[in-house]
Amino acid sequence: MIQFTDVYKRYPSRYEALSGLSFHLKEAEMAFLTGHSGAGKSTLLKLIALIERSTHGQVLVNGQNLSRLSKGKVPYYRRQIGLVFQDHNLLHDRTVFDNVALPLVIEGEEHREIGRRVRASLDKVGLLSKERSLPIALSGGEQQRVGIARAVVNRPPILLADEPTGNLDPDLSRDIMQLFEQFNQVGVTVFIATHDLDLVQSMPHRQIAIQNGRIDSRMSL
Amino acid sequence: MKKRFSFYIGSYLLRHLQSMLFSLGRLWRQPFSTFLTIGVIGIALALPAGLFVLLQNINNLSNQWDDASQISLFLKQDLHENQIKQLNIYISSWPQVAETNYQTAEQSLDEFRELSGLGHLLDTLPDNPLPPVITLYPQNENLSADDIRALLEKLAALPEVVQAQLDMEWLQRLRSINKVLARGVSLLALLLSLSVVLVIGNTIRLAILNCQSEIKIMKLVGATNRFIRRPFLYTGFWYGLLGGIFAWCTLLFAMSMLASPINALTIQYASDYQLRWFAGALLLYLPLTGLFIGVLGAWIAVGRHLNSIEPN
Repeated sequence: MIQFTDVYKRYPSRYEALSGLSFHLKEAEMAFLTGHSGAGKSTLLKLIALIERSTHGQVLVNGQNLSRLSKGKVPYYRRQIGLVFQDHNLLHDRTVFDNVALPLVIEGEEHREIGRRVRASLDKVGLLSKERSLPIALSGGEQQRVGIARAVVNRPPILLADEPTGNLDPDLSRDIMQLFEQFNQVGVTVFIATHDLDLVQSMPHRQIAIQNGRIDSRMSL
Repeated sequence: MKKRFSFYIGSYLLRHLQSMLFSLGRLWRQPFSTFLTIGVIGIALALPAGLFVLLQNINNLSNQWDDASQISLFLKQDLHENQIKQLNIYISSWPQVAETNYQTAEQSLDEFRELSGLGHLLDTLPDNPLPPVITLYPQNENLSADDIRALLEKLAALPEVVQAQLDMEWLQRLRSINKVLARGVSLLALLLSLSVVLVIGNTIRLAILNCQSEIKIMKLVGATNRFIRRPFLYTGFWYGLLGGIFAWCTLLFAMSMLASPINALTIQYASDYQLRWFAGALLLYLPLTGLFIGVLGAWIAVGRHLNSIEPN
């Protein structure tokens, strides 16, 4: 589903974030991406989401070679990927419902179908009663769940999360991770970048560790 | 298949309607800055439109005077009255001539005496110095300036005529001045339209910068540039449309202020001239122009700035 082959990412400042990275994530697999901050975790996720492009090497996602994808096709490509961020990235002047509905509105989905799927998604993360609230009225954990509901509302085959539990206490973090596990159980490929090693080791999933832009094979399980 | 097609058309129109109303709502929520922008656009549109109205009125007036243009034929003094009468009949039979008026040397003298108040001076002269005159009104509707000139030459060539004079030179000067003014108004209109483009472009640019994080998020969840651009284009649409209507109202106000002094003026000239300001045409063209310029300004601003906002 996600395949990196000898991928390099060099920034204009000559700083090399990724150097010769290769790995393969199968369809419906769930994996953690670990490493210190600055190890290149965010860069790697950005390459998958096509927020940035690799300097060298091949990135294949869901059968598409990302270096061959033209700029105009990027928005359509991103609709196959649900993105969850540490700081939620919600629109604060719109209700929870409107936030979650955004990907469907962008796709031009029918009005009734939007209502149905947004409610199903909010129900899944346990926030159906908050659909009319503004994000600011929610706790950090709830805002993160809104972000997850938005990421999955258009049923993407891939779910990427960048430090989704970064600002949450251990209990809430465990809840969030269990939510990701549930999506994985229905066939979604889940890839989570985190530095919370205790949490990762308590869960039976593959671990890809990177250090200085390379796979750290001693730490990877 | 047919149903799918109509579904696409329907949802396409629905999306446009949505962003149209969405952007109107956004303007409504910031009434003060919206009003300022609309005011600037309205005045910038009203100025050239007002000048255009003024110019049209001057044109109309000078066209009215055009009808009154006449040719004076000064005849040789030693002609017999019969000769003059025959000449008069001959000329009035020409197709270019609408009407002629014959005045003997004595009548000319009487008229001059009456109008000038120099009668006693004329009495000291041994002979009547004034010639007999035929005043001639050309058939204006069918004649161009060149035709009139040709007619003038033909008349001057008649053996009985000393001089044929067209009382229209000042009118031609007015026309030339009018042409200069018209060119000036077009230039001004162009410049002011450009300023409307810039005003709207700048307003949209600020709106885009305000929405920077929103645009980033929309791009992250897969919004196309077209989707993000649409509400901003409709913002320009509303600014332009409302600015055009504002311009029309400004002109309406200005015209109602001018109407009574102009009436007073035309009464003094014993004219029944009515100020025309093309209310209907302007009500159509001002909002349309504003709308076009608004969308254009928004398009330029959005194009420049959307590409620079990428999630990172």
